[in-house]
Amino acid sequence: MKPEAAAEAVEPAEGEPLVSIRDLRTYYSIRGSFADRLVGREGGVVKAVDGVSLDIRRGEVLGLVGESGSGKTTLGRTLLGLVRASGGSVEFEGREISGLPERKFRELRRQMQVVFQDPHASLNPAMTIAQAVGHPLQIHGLERDRNQLRARVSDVLETVGLAPAEAYLDKYPGDLSGGQKQRAVIARALILNPVLLVADEPVSMLDMSVRAKILELMLALKRDFELTYLYITHDLATARFFCDRIAIMYLGRIVETGPADAIYADPKHPYTQALLRAIPEPDPARAVPRDLPRGEVPDAASPPLGCSFHPRCPRAFEPCGWESRDLRDLLETRWARLAGDPRVEEEQEAVGDLDGLDRPSPEVRMSAPRGRQPEEVVALLERIRAEDPQEPFWRGVKRLEASGTHVALDFQLPKDPRLQPVDDVSVACHLYGVPESG
Amino acid sequence: MARAMFWAGVGITVFFIALAVFAPLLSRYNFTQYTSGGHRFPQLGHPSAAHWMGTTVQSSDVMSRVVYGAQTELEVVAIALAMSLTVGVPLGLISGYFGGILDRALVLLMDALFAFPYLLIAIVIAFVLATSSIGGGILTAAIAITAAYVPLYFRVVRNHVISVREEPYVDAARALGAPPRTVIRKYVFFNVVQNVPPIATLNAADAILLLASLGFLGYGIQPSQGAEWGYDVSRAVSDASSGIWWTGLFPGLAIVLLVTGLTLLGEGLNETLNPVLRRRRFGRFEFAEREPREEALLDR
Amino acid sequence: MSGDPVLQARDLRVYYGTPGNPVRAVDGVTLDIGESEVVGLVGESGCGKSTLGRGILGLLPDGARADGEVLYGGRNLVTLSSRELRRLRGPDLGLVFQEPMTRLNPLLRISDHFRETLEQHDPSLTDAEVKRRSLETLGRMGIPPTRFRQYPHEFSGGMRQRIMIALALVLRPKLLVADEPTTSLDVIVEGQILALLADLKNNFGTALLLITHNLGIVAESCDRMAVMYAGRIAEEGPVREVFADPAHPYTRELLRSTISLDTTELHSIPGAPPNLIDPPPGCRFHPRCPDAMQVCNQLEPIEQRLADGRRVLCWLHGPSERIPPGAGAPLEREAIGVADEA
Repeated sequence: MKPEAAAEAVEPAEGEPLVSIRDLRTYYSIRGSFADRLVGREGGVVKAVDGVSLDIRRGEVLGLVGESGSGKTTLGRTLLGLVRASGGSVEFEGREISGLPERKFRELRRQMQVVFQDPHASLNPAMTIAQAVGHPLQIHGLERDRNQLRARVSDVLETVGLAPAEAYLDKYPGDLSGGQKQRAVIARALILNPVLLVADEPVSMLDMSVRAKILELMLALKRDFELTYLYITHDLATARFFCDRIAIMYLGRIVETGPADAIYADPKHPYTQALLRAIPEPDPARAVPRDLPRGEVPDAASPPLGCSFHPRCPRAFEPCGWESRDLRDLLETRWARLAGDPRVEEEQEAVGDLDGLDRPSPEVRMSAPRGRQPEEVVALLERIRAEDPQEPFWRGVKRLEASGTHVALDFQLPKDPRLQPVDDVSVACHLYGVPESG
Repeated sequence: MARAMFWAGVGITVFFIALAVFAPLLSRYNFTQYTSGGHRFPQLGHPSAAHWMGTTVQSSDVMSRVVYGAQTELEVVAIALAMSLTVGVPLGLISGYFGGILDRALVLLMDALFAFPYLLIAIVIAFVLATSSIGGGILTAAIAITAAYVPLYFRVVRNHVISVREEPYVDAARALGAPPRTVIRKYVFFNVVQNVPPIATLNAADAILLLASLGFLGYGIQPSQGAEWGYDVSRAVSDASSGIWWTGLFPGLAIVLLVTGLTLLGEGLNETLNPVLRRRRFGRFEFAEREPREEALLDR
Repeated sequence: MSGDPVLQARDLRVYYGTPGNPVRAVDGVTLDIGESEVVGLVGESGCGKSTLGRGILGLLPDGARADGEVLYGGRNLVTLSSRELRRLRGPDLGLVFQEPMTRLNPLLRISDHFRETLEQHDPSLTDAEVKRRSLETLGRMGIPPTRFRQYPHEFSGGMRQRIMIALALVLRPKLLVADEPTTSLDVIVEGQILALLADLKNNFGTALLLITHNLGIVAESCDRMAVMYAGRIAEEGPVREVFADPAHPYTRELLRSTISLDTTELHSIPGAPPNLIDPPPGCRFHPRCPDAMQVCNQLEPIEQRLADGRRVLCWLHGPSERIPPGAGAPLEREAIGVADEA
């Protein structure tokens, strides 16, 4: 349901998108431990952004939604040139900007600006509001006359609602409240007349009663200045209100994207559905147990095989990327659930050390613990399966048997999901079709 | 308590600064002077009306040497501090902000220097420079001390820069398009430099000791170039066995006093400037008498 | 509500000392928490809810003092010595903070944390007992026994919060105070943890005081709620009733400005929360209240009991005989500009 204000928005222009991102990758290398480096083993790599393609059309608000570890902030920063991309392309107004040297990028900064999350930390405590908001003009050499500068700063301060401007010009950030600071930050971003504004959680640190004011301001500015927004957030509620299109990210990839209306009306990806279910509603009729996926966002340094969401997905099935760590998860979840039951100790002894399962692989070879037969372990696993055959894990198991001194557990071959069009949106989920190659 | 420390430190330091600045006025004689009005001063003379603190084996007036000594100490330390800051702070800023190979090389170098005892570095440098064209004067001593302390400033500034560098407002500055020198100058420097005064003051205290140690060992200021307390103390060692106490006591006392004064000043500064140490003063208050409020009864 | 309340706060005041007048962070709060009840304490930043939560447990920072009554087990916690309070904290009163790393020592394994906690309060327990109870509580929180000997940094934020909660619950306290326990967590994890907290009454028989700024989680997990503004409780009652028909204008405005999936219009409350050193005269909300009457800036409102058991602190609900003649007319005020805004 689109609210009044946005209905008057300018229709996104047809033709070339303002920003065009193709297969963007931003990887961070983690320095391995000292011992690792001695032996020559490289530290891990965090694939913060792992092959993201999207467009931002002129005049629209694109919402980039995800939880921590999704890569949404890194994506925003890569776009802004604050972080170097490891691969892929970013085009701005048709021009490739991802490999640009810092110097060249600085000119671009006039056209794309950013509003960060924490208003209390975004302003230099040592600069007055006038200095801080006017600084971009000085940096880019756009206004040398002091009086003119002050006049322009006053103008933009009034535009963002900090009126009368004289009351704020010579104050320090410490004298302002959270909402006022965020307005000042927006003023600073606006003073260069940018074309694109990247807003990274602009209201999440503000009180409820203040959020609406800032969001309203941002909508008004969009109208009056024909701005394009990239709105990065974890809060689907404000995103619904604010965005034209939405892209949902999980562990570095886009899992679903499309027009906001379509996504909220009929979310396709199980993760999107979970996100929507999880939002606390100020409605006492709704109770807390909301059928939420278990577990948390996994470590980005070694994501699950296949579809990164599969360990938590209630609808996972054969191709979703089953691997050794899922077996460990299964056993640990079970033992946590049965805490206090003597079976837990028995089973732990029967299975032995689980550390070997930490190296991800679709083939598991577990040796039985000393003095035990692999057949016992197989029997135990079969008993567990019998207790809950609906558990998605079992759909991924292709073969389970004792083989010599080992337990052999093979999973179906993991396949990486790819974004594919379904109705009005694009979803990366095997439920809507499995890609031919892995 | 912090206030008392601070002001005591200020008092003592100002006293010695006054001594140094007004030395020619306050001191009766020159520091190498051994005659006056045709009379040669007594050798190792007791403190007397003419010589309040007695004379040395070379017939110099001890008090004059103490007063002029203040000038030497403060001059050397001031120059040394200025040089250390000029070298250490910018290096720390650049190294901390840019990181990379430059940073790693500098850190390695500075840590290596840091590992050596100050005294050793200072001695080596003083020795080398003394035999060169610069000679054994104030500049040599100052350079020796600088070399010992640059790593300290480098390290302190670099570490603070690294933590400030990650602050959102520095990020925001980059996002605005500010070039590194602007970011460093306006956003990083100001917030980092607040740490420096307490460290510099405590450092000065340490440097006085270092200079005195150099002088004591004979590597400091040459006697002809200036009076120096440490040198005087070393000369006074042999006097002590003869029961001559004034040649060593007064210069020694001067060292202790000045170092203490600077330390108090530095610690006092630290307490007032460092928000972590600062304990806020809480007012005392009383709860107002409750008016008999008619609350809705909550009977349990 | 069945049985006796676990905790009763009566006219509790907590002030912070300043070089000038004190900050009246909690200024006369009366609140009951029943056995196995989940009570939500909701308000925006600076309203005093955190201070109230800590004040109840006697965990006040330097320079703050409390006055009034906090009745627990027949004793007034405000007057207890710190040693006696310390003995109560843990086995009787538990606290969970916002940042899960606060109480977890990075140098100790999880098993050590539990051992320390249990041994401190019941030295007679055997090692096996300690381990059994710890694993059981951890299991209820979803932490598997295979991770018992790991260090805090090996766990994610959500898991650390679960460990914190388990640490608080292993002693089976009668009351757990959770101060913004899910604010720093992702929304799905938040839902999981709230489900755990809402279930405390079933699994542990523990009452919960849930302090938050998020009305959504109060609606879904709490039985009763108290809305706090400027150091006082504006409205308190069963969650269903408060949401269906808010009695206090602040509650109403707060609900309207909450952005949820169904929001079609943006609302905000003009102005900012007041200075707690020198609060406005009369009702503290009157400068921002759309329904303010003249009496509201003259006399402090008197707490009223509504038919459904709710308490509300607002002149709109009377008692009308205490309102001076003519003072029921609307209050004239200047428009609130951004300068006064939050």
